[in-house]
Amino acid sequence: MSDTHANSIAFVRDTELPPAPPPVAETGVIRWMRENLFSSVLNAVLTVLSLLVIFMVLRGMIPWFWNSTWNANSLSECREMGSGACFAVIRERWPQFFFGFYPNTEYWRPVLTFFLLFPAIAPVLFNRVPKQALLFSMLYPFIGYWLIWGGSLGGPVGTLLGVVAAYLVYRVLVQHSTVLALLAGVAVLIIWMLFLNDFVIGQLSNLFGPGLEQVDSRMIGGFLLTMILGIVSISLALPIGILLALGRQSDLLIIKAICIGFIEFIRGVPLITLLFVANVLLSYFLPPDTTFDLVLRVIILITMFASAYLAEVIRGGLAALPRGQYEAADSLGLDYWQAIRLIILPQALKISIPGIVNVFIGVYKDTTLVSIISMYDPLGVVQPILSDADWNGILWELYGFVALFFFISCYSMSQYSRYLENKLRTDHR
Amino acid sequence: MTAMTDTQSDQGFHPSQLIYDTRYRSITIQIIALICVLAGFGWLINNAVTNLAAAGQDFNFDFLGNVAGYDINQKIIDYDSQMTHGRATLVGLLNTLLVAVLGCITCTVIGVTMGVLRLSNNWIVQKLATVYVEGFRNVPVLLWIVLTMGVMIKLPPDPRAFRSGDASMILWDSVAITNRGVYVPRIIYEAGSSIVVGVLILSIIGIFAFRRLARKRQEATGAILPVFWVSLGLLFIPVIIAQFVMGSPVSLQNPYFRGFNFTDGVHLRNSLIALWLALSLYTGAFVAENVRAGILAVSKGQTEAAAALGIRPRRIMNLVVLPQAMRVIVPPMISNYLNLTKNSSLALAIGYMDLTGTLGNITRNQTGREMECVLLLMGIYLILSLGISSLGNLYNNSVKLKER
Repeated sequence: MSDTHANSIAFVRDTELPPAPPPVAETGVIRWMRENLFSSVLNAVLTVLSLLVIFMVLRGMIPWFWNSTWNANSLSECREMGSGACFAVIRERWPQFFFGFYPNTEYWRPVLTFFLLFPAIAPVLFNRVPKQALLFSMLYPFIGYWLIWGGSLGGPVGTLLGVVAAYLVYRVLVQHSTVLALLAGVAVLIIWMLFLNDFVIGQLSNLFGPGLEQVDSRMIGGFLLTMILGIVSISLALPIGILLALGRQSDLLIIKAICIGFIEFIRGVPLITLLFVANVLLSYFLPPDTTFDLVLRVIILITMFASAYLAEVIRGGLAALPRGQYEAADSLGLDYWQAIRLIILPQALKISIPGIVNVFIGVYKDTTLVSIISMYDPLGVVQPILSDADWNGILWELYGFVALFFFISCYSMSQYSRYLENKLRTDHR
Repeated sequence: MTAMTDTQSDQGFHPSQLIYDTRYRSITIQIIALICVLAGFGWLINNAVTNLAAAGQDFNFDFLGNVAGYDINQKIIDYDSQMTHGRATLVGLLNTLLVAVLGCITCTVIGVTMGVLRLSNNWIVQKLATVYVEGFRNVPVLLWIVLTMGVMIKLPPDPRAFRSGDASMILWDSVAITNRGVYVPRIIYEAGSSIVVGVLILSIIGIFAFRRLARKRQEATGAILPVFWVSLGLLFIPVIIAQFVMGSPVSLQNPYFRGFNFTDGVHLRNSLIALWLALSLYTGAFVAENVRAGILAVSKGQTEAAAALGIRPRRIMNLVVLPQAMRVIVPPMISNYLNLTKNSSLALAIGYMDLTGTLGNITRNQTGREMECVLLLMGIYLILSLGISSLGNLYNNSVKLKER
């Protein structure tokens, strides 16, 4: 066979060709561009349009940043020094953006509170932190309150003693009956707050001395106020939201009706009307002569608002659990609260994490609404600057700065929720 | 367990059963809760009565019949400062509805476009859409509203610039964008225009009828009628013919510059434009996310199965993917519309006279009736929200999966 063919065929290749490189249009950058930018006529047009948009934005922004001024006392001075942005206003007013009208010798207090926040929330957010650290998380509200509002250390310590007393009563009675222990704990706390608190605080204040300089709530503003309103309302709203969601899912008709009424009412009205309630109406609904701090009133209403939205999100999680989980808990002989605590909630909360974080972000952004009832949150701080003769006419720099702050905090929160979702995903996909 | 309760019930009722017997315990708990809630309400109302009496006030809504005495610059129905607070409230409510309807339409358009672009296989377009969505979602809506208002006041030219020729109107001299607001043409109805409007309404009804017929036909025979082009033709051709036959009874009157300002057009205030724009862009970002999630929720197998059956790509989108995606998209869209309507109350920050601006602000401050005003304000918003969500639920029931 080989003999005959050796003569009849002109050429037979007996060695392998070296592999040729793929065509230029099918490799590297060119291929990527062909696939991702110019795969069809429509796509090519869209690409060109997008490039045009990017070019226009950059052409406006780069000189604006490049020629920016950081050292000036007024907008007109800025305009003389450079044609770009006038960041001098932020340089001049940054304490107001961060702290409002907090006394400037005391800035270390909110800063310290802010940095203590990280060790306090670490055990809640990451499960690698030892559980003993939770003790600090529990102490943190008292420390934070004392640092920001000041006054004698006696105040927070007295309240803390009340909480500890209530907890001890709960621990002693919990062996007999959970419900009874809970009720007794709450009763002890109420009795302490109504009758003993003032006396104990007075005694402790004498013991501890005057402590830190007292700061009025009106002085607190800027991002500090945003953080206080957001974090406090959100932390208070989570347990209330869980209870409301359980109530809405429960078989007890009256409790269900109460929960539905509350949730639908709060979700049906805009937050601004609730802030009107906090600002002007709440004092009508409380006994005469009760004076209430405005920040506290706003926190109460924002908490109600957040808890209604959280309740709906958590209800979604509860409804998404397969019925078998409830039935399995029943067949193990767990009572209602055990089943909820050990089986239902851990799974339901896990399902609803993205929704919960979305509500958190929403509430955090909505704290800016307090500027409408003339509190000095970052947007409230911008108003007096705009009406200041020195800075009249400035726009992008101020709002851009505030927007950047919100963008960074909200975006990192949403990224964290994604991380958490992946971490808690236990099914194998 | 059953045996035990049976023996107990045989022995008759004992008060301790109210706590320890699961049959009665739920009733006990509910009654206690009801008493607590009623007592709480009673306490609040009692306090309110005491406080109002101490302040020498009463609780009634007669003030709505009094002369308001303030002007509203953006209005749909007739209003002047000699009319009542009730009328001012109505004007405000209509303004709220106006911005809500406009905002819902534009946010849907923006959101659907951006949602689809985020799924585009064009890298740069996809990234730009992502920047839009993340940028608008993560910054408070109030900031967008005041910023847009600032831009609307600062960037467009003063009306005087149109006289000197430094600025010119756009869209064939029909729209003028100035720093005092936007002037658009006014529609003028002359004799015979009712026929044109009637024809328009009839053709819209005709479109719906045709769509229904097309769907029935498709379900019965499988043949697909060209719905889009026929709808387009039905919408425009009869109206144009009617307009032509009747001798153009419906016409547009462009705004033109006279003296110091524009006249004869419709003046849309800056505050309306800013609120509309900011709300649509902000809500559009959320809509985009929902649309994207809805399309992604349709499993790839559906698309592949349709392709295997030999259906063309566009029909796969229209007949297979979109009907399934709608079921995921519609419920969050309802809450987006609801949020937009509620967020329109932030008009207060830029002086657009919506319900919050009239009843919740000026009327409240002038009459001093804080309790009545705020409660009425909440009541109206509550009715509005419940109305929107029930309309949305009606629509949702029509598109959701019919389980058999």
